[in-house]
Amino acid sequence: MQTSWIPFVPPSASTLSGKVDALYFYLSGVTVFFTLLISGVLIFFVIKYRRRSPYEIPRPVAGSHKLETIWSVIPFLISMSMFAWGAQLYFQQSRPPKNAVEIYVVGKQWMWKIQHTTGQREINELHVPVGRRIKLIMTTEDVIHDFFIPAFRIKADVVPGRYTTQWFEATKPGKYHLFCAEYCGMNHSGMIGSVVVMEPTEFDNWLSGNTNQQSPAVAGQQLYQTLGCVSCHGASGEGGRGPALAGVFGREVFLTNGQTVKADEAYIRESVVNPQAKLVNGFGPIMPTFQGQISEEQLVQILAFIKSLQGPAQTAAPAAYTPSPTGSAASAAASAASPQAGSR
Amino acid sequence: MKAMETFVAPTPARINYLNATYGLKSWLLTRDHKRIALLYLGSISFFFFIGGLYAMFIRLELLTPQGDLLQSTTYNKVFTQHGIIMVFFFLIPSIPATLGNFLVPMMIGAKDLAFPRINLLSWYIYILGGIVTIYALLAGGIDTGWTFYTPFSTTFSNSYVVAAGLGIFINGFSSILTGLNFIVTIHTMRAPGMTWFRMPLFIWAHYATSLVMILGTPVIAITILLLAFERLAHIGIFDPAAGGDPVLFQHLFWFYSHPAVYIMVLPGMGVISELIANFSRKNIFGYSFVAFSSLAIAVFGFLVWGHHLFVASQSVYAGMIFSFLSFAVAIPSAIKVFNWTATLYKASISYDTPMLYALGFIGLFTIGGMTGLFLAALAVDVHLSDTYFIVAHFHYIMVGGTLLAYLGGLHYWWPKITGRMYPEGWGRFSALVIFVGFNLTFLPQFVLGYMGMPRRYHVYPAEFQVLHVLSSAGASILGIGLLIPLFYLIWSMRYGKIAAANPWNLPGLEWQTASPPPTENFELTPIVTWEAYEFAPAEETEIVGKFHGEKVGQA
Amino acid sequence: MAESYTVEHGHAEQGHPALQHHFENMEQQREAATLGMWVFLVTEIMFFGGMFLAYTLYRSEYPAAFASASNHLDLKLGAINTVVLILSSFTMAMAVYSTQVGKRRNQIISLVLTLLLGVTFLGIKAVEYHEKYVDNLIPGRLIPGRPFDASGVHLLPGALKQNVEMFYWIYFAMTGMHAVHMIIGIGLISVILFFTARGRYGPEYYNPVEVSGLYWHFVDIVWIFLFPLLYLLGRHLEH
Repeated sequence: MQTSWIPFVPPSASTLSGKVDALYFYLSGVTVFFTLLISGVLIFFVIKYRRRSPYEIPRPVAGSHKLETIWSVIPFLISMSMFAWGAQLYFQQSRPPKNAVEIYVVGKQWMWKIQHTTGQREINELHVPVGRRIKLIMTTEDVIHDFFIPAFRIKADVVPGRYTTQWFEATKPGKYHLFCAEYCGMNHSGMIGSVVVMEPTEFDNWLSGNTNQQSPAVAGQQLYQTLGCVSCHGASGEGGRGPALAGVFGREVFLTNGQTVKADEAYIRESVVNPQAKLVNGFGPIMPTFQGQISEEQLVQILAFIKSLQGPAQTAAPAAYTPSPTGSAASAAASAASPQAGSR
Repeated sequence: MKAMETFVAPTPARINYLNATYGLKSWLLTRDHKRIALLYLGSISFFFFIGGLYAMFIRLELLTPQGDLLQSTTYNKVFTQHGIIMVFFFLIPSIPATLGNFLVPMMIGAKDLAFPRINLLSWYIYILGGIVTIYALLAGGIDTGWTFYTPFSTTFSNSYVVAAGLGIFINGFSSILTGLNFIVTIHTMRAPGMTWFRMPLFIWAHYATSLVMILGTPVIAITILLLAFERLAHIGIFDPAAGGDPVLFQHLFWFYSHPAVYIMVLPGMGVISELIANFSRKNIFGYSFVAFSSLAIAVFGFLVWGHHLFVASQSVYAGMIFSFLSFAVAIPSAIKVFNWTATLYKASISYDTPMLYALGFIGLFTIGGMTGLFLAALAVDVHLSDTYFIVAHFHYIMVGGTLLAYLGGLHYWWPKITGRMYPEGWGRFSALVIFVGFNLTFLPQFVLGYMGMPRRYHVYPAEFQVLHVLSSAGASILGIGLLIPLFYLIWSMRYGKIAAANPWNLPGLEWQTASPPPTENFELTPIVTWEAYEFAPAEETEIVGKFHGEKVGQA
Repeated sequence: MAESYTVEHGHAEQGHPALQHHFENMEQQREAATLGMWVFLVTEIMFFGGMFLAYTLYRSEYPAAFASASNHLDLKLGAINTVVLILSSFTMAMAVYSTQVGKRRNQIISLVLTLLLGVTFLGIKAVEYHEKYVDNLIPGRLIPGRPFDASGVHLLPGALKQNVEMFYWIYFAMTGMHAVHMIIGIGLISVILFFTARGRYGPEYYNPVEVSGLYWHFVDIVWIFLFPLLYLLGRHLEH
């Protein structure tokens, strides 16, 4: 739905922004209608039934169950229509599509650090191509912030100790506001930036102009060496004293306490900062914790590296492995080597 | 009209609760609920003024996109303190502690509340909480937002979090004791013949409010304690590095703070029922529906706190449930608005100041309530959360709703409280100024919010300036409008026209005794044999719209 | 105006010295005071409820750690305290009954016993707290020189040492808050005892004793919830 010509509405630049606007206009219409209706009736009654003599006493009017029913049921039905519409759209907003390109976001007082899987890093700016589904995997280094893009009608809090996600598909090239929308201290109003949406060829150019940065997966591999993960988990994640990491991302993992968990981003992160919390079945509690020795950005790099480790051939869908923007099964390491791999 | 025929209005200038005893001690150690109400009136007005000063600084700073008036930490402290003072020290106690304390015993024919000394204690607790909070403000202030979200408040803020939290913690007990007093009074001290369904709707509203006060306030108490322990001793309950959960704080905080908004608005609705009925000289249409809707709001109000966490990493399914319940809680409020409007049908409406406030309330509360629906709708709330839309929404209800009801009630019962009339011309004028100023302040903020202007921002992109300037202009008008009654009400206490016992000529029980009342309220305990708002005999009741075969009662 | 719409303020009951001026009669005063205490107890439930919620959440997060820490509490002392409190509720009920039937000697004895049992409870609690102090199990760094150290706690399979401290925070917060309420209760009963000794309460006026009893029973009930939740968690895993 094209709403750029309507004043008092931000630019509509994503696939869902028009839908949010449509619901907003419905809500506004109903609000204006009932406000005018009630004020109108009020003003009409107040004038028509104004007191004409100082001692007059009007006849009392009995309440009416019929009226009460009507004006309970109708508002209820209208409310339910709003609920259903809002919930259905919210469902679309909250389920990232499977083949979305992942981009990592780390908030900290008072800036946004953005990490593309192809290596580009940005501060307070997010470059994305038109027409591509983007999934943001976000966390914060300190307090709760909120990544808010009005033009896309999306926002989500970033919470310490966990990853939150949101997704969008931009439809219009342009430069749009990025705000922090959860009060975070002194420079909360300065924690702003831009989302730059580009045509695909422009975006390719931007990517190739910024290739001298490591992809997070490569940086993660280096950390994997320097922090000593290799000694227990093997250079390619084949395992040893510690469980195998190759192909683990997205799979079910069996724990010593009999439970099964899915190895998602939160699990990987927790295993690094609090290894004893979920011990893999068959392994002892010998992994040291890296809490305090590794920043959120570095955790994101480790995460990207582990995601890139492919396991034995028969395992789960490739989308779980490769965060490559091409959607192909090429590993992140390969895409970092060739600049064009970042484009469509 | 049976009630009004019975009583002879006593002449003024005799012993009443104001002149029965003299001296500071007789006020500071009083057990008279009416004097305690006045103690509250003075202290609440004081805090309102302070909260208003903070508001003035906010709107002044926001005139320009740059941060040129205040430093950012100062600004952060200003909006935090505006919120804390207005919510905890003005809005929550305002109507219950002043009008409620004064009128609840009188409206049910009692001599005082059930526990007069606990009533006085609640005022002292309020003052103690206020002193501790003022200490926190003067010592350096607090900059966490009135919502105290962790981990900023527990680990990162360098301000007086524990002191301010302590002030609010103490103040909470004032609320609890007031609610406890009202519940016991309404249950056990009604005059003979005053059945539940003969009680004024003001009483029903305060009963429902008291339920929320006693059930909800202890939760914020323990939440603040946990916050303080976390900040002082780092117990780890909200710290993910220690196995805790920062979002747990939000759940605990909003479990009270959402019902708290019903503590703020329900008494206002009670006042509006009184004003609408009495200034149109008619029974409230659908009395029992309005009465039960107060209870429904109180109950449902406890089930919707998660709508403050839609974008806070709460699960999608929890979001759906809270969204559904949030829509449901709107319905009882809608029922009230329709019933108030229907009351005006074939009524005899006067345009006195209290009625102007009541009419303003209905319009502004409708807007405030319906904009709440925007926020209950999940997909739209994702966009609107933490923007100026939210700020506009709650100010429409708090100011356009509660404050207008408070002012309307204050004017309505002013002759009863002081024995003097306020100047009607000034009353109507300031009501108008307040209405215009208020709308100019907050209507642009809805637009600002949808356009993406976040809240709690000290500086902002230049494209938002026009709307901010409109809003600040409105705020100055609103501020002036609010100052005018301060002056003429105080003036009237000495120079106002002396009021008759029943100057508006109404059937309510509080009007059947002198203005100002004697200390024991009624010289003789009334026996109630008439219905609420019984201006004309029940036999004359007109019937509108009934189901076929339905019996018509005082529904 | 043939009908009368008023009553004179009740003079018949003016005689009772304990009737407060704003109540019509003793019956109304009694009703109000009792309802007031019940409403107050509801607020106390909400207050403790917040801590019970925190306990529930973290217990489900770290079941093994909580069970390990719970096993390390002194079950004997906890059980004795439970019996002590239940007995004290019994003696309190006896105090109310004795007042209702006017047996003054029994009133005083029951109240004194209740007080003694209450103080015993606190004494045993002090002993337990002291044990924790000696074992470095006071959480955080509240005791200078004795930071929290869970080394002495035997960890069940799956328990992580770092989560044991959370149990102790909750243990001290809940039993500490309970102890504060016990102290208030002891103060309350002392006041009742004082006035009982002066003969204020009897069959015509026993409501204050009744209402204090309600408070005391409530404090007892909170302990009855605390004891199994804190002390009996993982006992079946112990052996």
